[in-house]
Amino acid sequence: MKREKLRVEPIKDGTVIDHIMSGQALNVLKVLKIKSPSEETVSMAMNVSSREMGKKDIVKVEDRRLEKGELNKIALIATNATINIVEEYDVVEKYRVSVPKFINGIIRCKNQNCITNMDEHVVTRFKVESKDPLSLRCVYCGSRTSSVEFL
Amino acid sequence: MVAMRGTLKGRDVISINDFSREEIDHILKVSDGIEKDLDSKFGLLSGKILSILFFEPSTRTRMSFESAMYELGGRCIDMGPTELTSVKKGETFSDTIKVISKYADVMVLRHPSDGAARYASEISDVPIINGGDGTGQHPTQTLLDLYTIKKESKLDGANIGILGDLKYGRTVHSLVYALSMYGIDMTFISPPDLSLPEEIKEDLDDKKISYEECDKIEEVIEDLDVLYVTRIQRERFPDILEYEKVSGSYKITKDILEGGVKEDLIILHPLPRTGEIDPDVDDTKYARYFLQTKYGVVVRMAILGLILGGFE
Repeated sequence: MKREKLRVEPIKDGTVIDHIMSGQALNVLKVLKIKSPSEETVSMAMNVSSREMGKKDIVKVEDRRLEKGELNKIALIATNATINIVEEYDVVEKYRVSVPKFINGIIRCKNQNCITNMDEHVVTRFKVESKDPLSLRCVYCGSRTSSVEFL
Repeated sequence: MVAMRGTLKGRDVISINDFSREEIDHILKVSDGIEKDLDSKFGLLSGKILSILFFEPSTRTRMSFESAMYELGGRCIDMGPTELTSVKKGETFSDTIKVISKYADVMVLRHPSDGAARYASEISDVPIINGGDGTGQHPTQTLLDLYTIKKESKLDGANIGILGDLKYGRTVHSLVYALSMYGIDMTFISPPDLSLPEEIKEDLDDKKISYEECDKIEEVIEDLDVLYVTRIQRERFPDILEYEKVSGSYKITKDILEGGVKEDLIILHPLPRTGEIDPDVDDTKYARYFLQTKYGVVVRMAILGLILGGFE
């Protein structure tokens, strides 16, 4: 095995998120609400050489099979990310993330006067109007945004 | 409140964009029926209660809803000024909505935050009518504007000029979306700093609706069938001198009208006005803004009646 591949060891069980755009690994953890201190064992590689992408990030979450709906939110910041579900060192499921129709609770509405930005504990909700280029509309105030700001 | 699409019974009225053109036409048709035979409608909402929650000042919207409910034989309960309620004690907006939705069959809400009405509709047991939220939407004002244009001018093929504060005016935002459903030519007349938000223009572009923008009413007034005037909001200007300079140049006077307008031009205004239409214009054949407020009661009767099942 090449030295490059040993940077992050294979995991026995869990979820591997590969082909993350370089520099987005920390945001991926944010989207997945994996914060320190976390219960999961998480390994991360940033700026790893990639034949397809030049440079990429990788995130491995051990002993946790992340749900598809949860993982698809990653597509907002890493369009080409691939998901590998691992069991007993074998990849049992592999797919590319795709942007969901609605995004709940992870993005801030850019409209400062939106009810979601008031002290009301309203969970933000955006309708994905276009995937490429990305265009989201706040379900509450109707503001449209193409840039994502995480809560 | 969740209700079946296709019928207005039990529906929330949050944004004009939630309604199809057919549904809007139906509301206008029911309004026309009410106007023609107002007396026979008393009692249709007997036993029904409208609760009124206004977190911002209002004269017309509040009182025309009350008037509409009484005309149909229903009753109203009003939360009153927030200073006298539990909101002052720190009760959350969501708790207030949950509580008051137990007291009434339908609720009309005005709130300073954009999206407050949509949020309220998710937690209320009864239909919510948006009486204006933030700078967002004011759908019942839009419906009465459409009714006035239909009755006093024409909806299809009209050339409509919208003048004033197009950036922050929620009545404008709702109206523009509604007019876009009717393929109407629109001209937006405003100071550059108060022009229509880019997002709304993008939405019009997506729908392939053409529009013009200018900053001088004199340049376009002769081509208009409808002139919709809105208040230039003083509080938006950091410098009072700047406000006075701008507001003066957007004042509709008899002189401007005598400079050449279409014979059947109509002038509308959601009111209150603060000087943007000279009182001398009130007596001209073009003025329809006080009639517009009268139509507001009829249209709100239609909305209440359709939501509560008094009309079909």
